Amino acid sequence: MTSDSTNDLECERLTKRFGAFTAVDDVSFEIPSGSFFSILGPSGCGKTTLMRMIAGFEEPAAGDIRIRGRSVIGTPANKRNVKMVFQHLALFPMMNVGENIAYGLRCAGVGRAEVERRVGAVLERIGLPGVETKQINQLSGGQKQRIAIARCMVLEPDVLLLDEPLGALDLKLRERMKIELKLLQHQFDTTFVYITHDQSEALVMSDRVAVMNGGRFEQIGTPQELYHAPATGFVAGFVGDSNRWRGRVRGGGELLEVETGDGVRLRCRPGAGALAEGAAVEVFVRPEALSLQPAGAPEAEGPANSPANRLEGRVDSLLFNGAASRVLVRGAGDQLVEVGHVPGPGVPELRPGDAVVLGFAPAEATCFAAASA
Amino acid sequence: MSKRDADRLALFLLLAPFALWILLLIVLPHLGIGYLSLREKVAPRVYQFGFANYIDFIREPIYWNTLLRTAWMSVLVTVLTLFIGFPIAYYIAKVAGRRSRAALFLLCLVPLWVSDLVRAFGWIMLLRETGILSGLLQWSGLSAGPVEMLYNDATVIVGLIYTVVLFMIVPIVSTLDGMDDSLIEAGYNLGGGRLTVLRRIVVPYAMPGIVAGCIIVFMLTAGSYLTPILLGGKNSMWFTEQIYDQFITRYNWESGSTFGILLLVFTSLVVWAGLRLTGQNLANTVAKR
Repeated sequence: MTSDSTNDLECERLTKRFGAFTAVDDVSFEIPSGSFFSILGPSGCGKTTLMRMIAGFEEPAAGDIRIRGRSVIGTPANKRNVKMVFQHLALFPMMNVGENIAYGLRCAGVGRAEVERRVGAVLERIGLPGVETKQINQLSGGQKQRIAIARCMVLEPDVLLLDEPLGALDLKLRERMKIELKLLQHQFDTTFVYITHDQSEALVMSDRVAVMNGGRFEQIGTPQELYHAPATGFVAGFVGDSNRWRGRVRGGGELLEVETGDGVRLRCRPGAGALAEGAAVEVFVRPEALSLQPAGAPEAEGPANSPANRLEGRVDSLLFNGAASRVLVRGAGDQLVEVGHVPGPGVPELRPGDAVVLGFAPAEATCFAAASA
Repeated sequence: MSKRDADRLALFLLLAPFALWILLLIVLPHLGIGYLSLREKVAPRVYQFGFANYIDFIREPIYWNTLLRTAWMSVLVTVLTLFIGFPIAYYIAKVAGRRSRAALFLLCLVPLWVSDLVRAFGWIMLLRETGILSGLLQWSGLSAGPVEMLYNDATVIVGLIYTVVLFMIVPIVSTLDGMDDSLIEAGYNLGGGRLTVLRRIVVPYAMPGIVAGCIIVFMLTAGSYLTPILLGGKNSMWFTEQIYDQFITRYNWESGSTFGILLLVFTSLVVWAGLRLTGQNLANTVAKR
């Protein structure tokens, strides 16, 4: 197989087993040069193992890893031009900032004057000039983050791996670091591979995201594709917020008719694969795709058997969160439905207990075969 | 009684046993020894203040040679113990799995169940002319006659290392235990080889433990009595033996006290010099950053 030289990192049918447990199962992907690629998955899905194989800390049981077109299987970790930002950053506490950054250069045998120049230059680039002599424990969380990235970037790696480096930061700083990371990636123009379980981190920063579950990739795509056209039920449920109904297929056609366990009939778009009549399915609808009307309000005009889905319920509670405010509606069978609802002028005011009607277009509802349970 | 008074009383009561221990078992005896060492014997039962005991020590080469020899051998034992103990500690703290770690640690402690004396006799059984090792060498034909392996410096050093190695392992294990494995991985990831990672990351991290271990081992060795006497016999020339001689055999308490003070001062000097040479300080070792 010939490898395309515009890909910084390619993995082909990568597999890793620990005893009888398969942590990474036949994973293939490629990352074009200079892009921000995220691997998103719940904890224990194998994403850390995958990254440790790329870094060279674990040997794959099968498959190939190519960096800039060259296989690195059998190359020890310290000889791969893949650098890693660890979850807890792993800055060396017994060295000061300058020594931390110089460590890799000194290992590579760069001369003293050159080391000093390059350390100064990389600190300039991350916006922390002149901190060489500071101790690590004198830095703030965000500064440590940037030093950890600088320590890798000074070595001009082909690929930078980041293992949930924002996990230890508080919320406010995390939001700021997301933007900063994206800017740093643009500035260095290096391929970043970012591992996370936080879907908002992955969606905000990435050019492309791979959603991983149970050791396999469920879908690789742009954040928009994952959000609007999930390929599997897992992706639909994991990326972004979703309302979910379980049911069985009752009628086919271009749009499927699904009867939920509570007897409500919904019309929806099949997500992937053919679904036979009677198949158990799950229907996913984004909260912002649901429209909300007080019960008894004049019905939006349409033919008698409008394809729009209608659900009746009562307001259970109001969750105010600025532009991301939600209303919880208790529908048939006591199921709570999350509805995007931003209070404001011209929007009917709601109170808990109000009877409401929810509606959504069939195109906004995606159904997938239910996970075998 | 106000709350502050109560707090003070609690603090006082908590500190009392410690203060008593320091005062009664450490400060007072040393004051006594210091006082004794400064008494010159001018006639039977007649004493006067003076430094004659110290001058005697300097005038008699056998005395200060023994002290120098003791210090030098103790330094050697300390260095060898570090080289033996560090890999063991590293293995226990970083390589061994969770479950085997406890078992290995326990194995290190097992020899402490047996008294020093019995352990020294164990070595004698192994190494004496009619001992197990000598017998084995003769049986296998490697040696024509019985071999005496006791009563030389090498045996004393081996015996001392055996008694003190645990005190090197424990502090190093406890510092390495607190080390995040990802520091080592980061060391490799940034391009370091095994040696670089060991020299620039693992050893500097473990330094407080290494220093603590070295001080304990050096002091224990320099002050040990049983092992050098039993394994080294008359040739051991250990300084504690001189102190024992002065106090017990020659009943010269003044001279014995002088030797005691000199041993304390000299070993303290060696520790201080060692800390200076390696650029460490005691505060760093005791209160880790």
